[in-house]
Amino acid sequence: MGVATRRFAIASAALTLAGLLASTSAVRSGALAADGAPPAGTVRILSLGGDVTEILYALGQSDKIVAVDTTSLFPASALKDKKSVGYLRALSSEGVLSVSPTLIIASEQAGPPEVVKAIKGSGVQYVDVEEKQTAEGVPDKVRRIGRIIGADADAQKLAAKIEADFAALDNDRKQIKVRKKALFVLAVQNGRATVGGTGTGADAILQLAGIDNAAAGVTGYKPVSDEQLAELAPDAVIVMTRGESDRHSGDLALSLPGLSQSPAAQNKSLVEMDGQYLLGFGPRAPSAAHDLMNALYSEPGKTAATP
Amino acid sequence: MTIAESSIGRISDAVRPARGTVFLALTGLLLLSAILSLAIGPTGVSLQSLPRAFAAAAGYANDASAERDRLVLIDIRLPRTLLAAFVGAALATSGAMMQGLFRNPLADPGLIGVSSGAALAAIATIVLGHGIAAPLIAPFGIYALPIAAFFGGLVTTLTLVAIASRRGELAVGTLLLAGIAIGALSGSLGGYISYASDDRELRDLTLWSMGSLSGASWQKVLAVLPFAVAILLVVPRLMRGLNGFLLGEAEAMHLGIDIERTKRLAIATTAAAVGAAVAVAGVIGFVGLVAPHVMRLISGPDHRAVLPGSAILGAILVIVADIIARMAIRPAELPIGIVLALVGAPVFLHLVLRRNISGGG
Repeated sequence: MGVATRRFAIASAALTLAGLLASTSAVRSGALAADGAPPAGTVRILSLGGDVTEILYALGQSDKIVAVDTTSLFPASALKDKKSVGYLRALSSEGVLSVSPTLIIASEQAGPPEVVKAIKGSGVQYVDVEEKQTAEGVPDKVRRIGRIIGADADAQKLAAKIEADFAALDNDRKQIKVRKKALFVLAVQNGRATVGGTGTGADAILQLAGIDNAAAGVTGYKPVSDEQLAELAPDAVIVMTRGESDRHSGDLALSLPGLSQSPAAQNKSLVEMDGQYLLGFGPRAPSAAHDLMNALYSEPGKTAATP
Repeated sequence: MTIAESSIGRISDAVRPARGTVFLALTGLLLLSAILSLAIGPTGVSLQSLPRAFAAAAGYANDASAERDRLVLIDIRLPRTLLAAFVGAALATSGAMMQGLFRNPLADPGLIGVSSGAALAAIATIVLGHGIAAPLIAPFGIYALPIAAFFGGLVTTLTLVAIASRRGELAVGTLLLAGIAIGALSGSLGGYISYASDDRELRDLTLWSMGSLSGASWQKVLAVLPFAVAILLVVPRLMRGLNGFLLGEAEAMHLGIDIERTKRLAIATTAAAVGAAVAVAGVIGFVGLVAPHVMRLISGPDHRAVLPGSAILGAILVIVADIIARMAIRPAELPIGIVLALVGAPVFLHLVLRRNISGGG
């Protein structure tokens, strides 16, 4: 037998071994699935989308959730306690079915479309939740999810509270005399900032907080040059944090040459907020908008204090 | 370095395994990997459920668990396995044909613009599908992207062939250079369109460019079936011609090979096969380059072994990579392109280094 043949035989053997290993692990996961098989009548919810998960938790339905997606960042326990079926827009049909859901509540962002179609065809109840980033949209989402899971009363209560919070926010917003403009910086890469223009969640939350979007001339999240940045001259820069390790992104944004002459850099006016809190548009949206408002207008209701 | 040099010099015919043995082993591995691919998945449904699944498919069993078995085995894993085999075989065979045609071991199907054209069309569909092109794309529903990718690849290749043809002759050198130019051009157009995309579309683009078989369905299997048949019919007719090309284009002509026909047939097959593969699975690199190389290490440069061998080996590689992709982080899934490169690149490197050491003394 030649060298190449032997090599080939070894490779074949290795592959077979790998296959056998994989099949035993499959058997093990099969056993797991059998153990966790739901008794008849139990609701097993697969929650897809950060806002959907947040609402389900706020409605006290967390024990019915069997799995979430990787955008379900709040509460942090969601991704820790529940299985993750991966990123919302890269689902796998068998992966989704393997958590044996009886009800899938999914943000309209869920995908890819072929997989969503296959899942819908599997007979599992699948509900699309529209992504609404407005003061009316958030309580609507809460009521809709409440209806689906049969928690109508709780949902009405939560929706009413959110509406009241938004009304209070509205009230405070009307007191603002001189509006400020802020720039939402999503990321700084290679010395270039990616900012949130119109049509983004950042733009929506800025509007709710009564702040003008300095990047209103841009559509979507776009990288902009230093020269463009210099034109924007924001009063404040807003960045998202992803936990404590991410504290430097704000300083990085303020140190950009294009922003160095802006009022934001001169007054060190930097707002750092958790991404899911700021842009999640779940039950905490009014509070996030309020925090943002307070951060910019230190005394809401009065003419913006000069810092 | 040409293919003939790179492969003949090292392993003499004496130590090369008999072709029959190699094909028997490859076919065995293909069957094994296909069975594993049917048996393994995050739901834990095993092959023992196959009879029940067939019963459910035929309408004889209608309890919920048989229905679930049917769904997992027959509607999810079976088309997925078939599609993986097709994609692997199509990419690997195309890679082998291009390496033979360009007499360059680094040639891959991307050289004739299929991938870049398909990518441009895919980017345009993802980004403009929600905007100005919506009325054009909407009627195709979820199949707009694969359809666009396929025709994008085909149109780009046809353009290239037209550019590189003079008086009925296809200049391979011009084809190569024009391919680079067209690739850069579609890359820049694609870049411009993706600049105009929102973050969500951008993430879709990134995911598409890493390839996945998670969207496999019977519709897709049926759609690629004609291409699989075409490859099976065309490839045997190209083996002799491509062997002639190993010596050089002029030499091939003196051997009585119709070189223009060989070139056009190889390019047309590659464009169709790669276009179909990219359309159903996104961009999956590596297989087209590596499978023919490994096959040449095993059996030498003879295309009568390399072409069919690459097809089987490519199918095995993609099937196995897909099993890993769906199991590694279950219930989530890895893009298959990542798995192929992560597992395949070190193995390939190992093969190349060992060959150099053992052959070079």
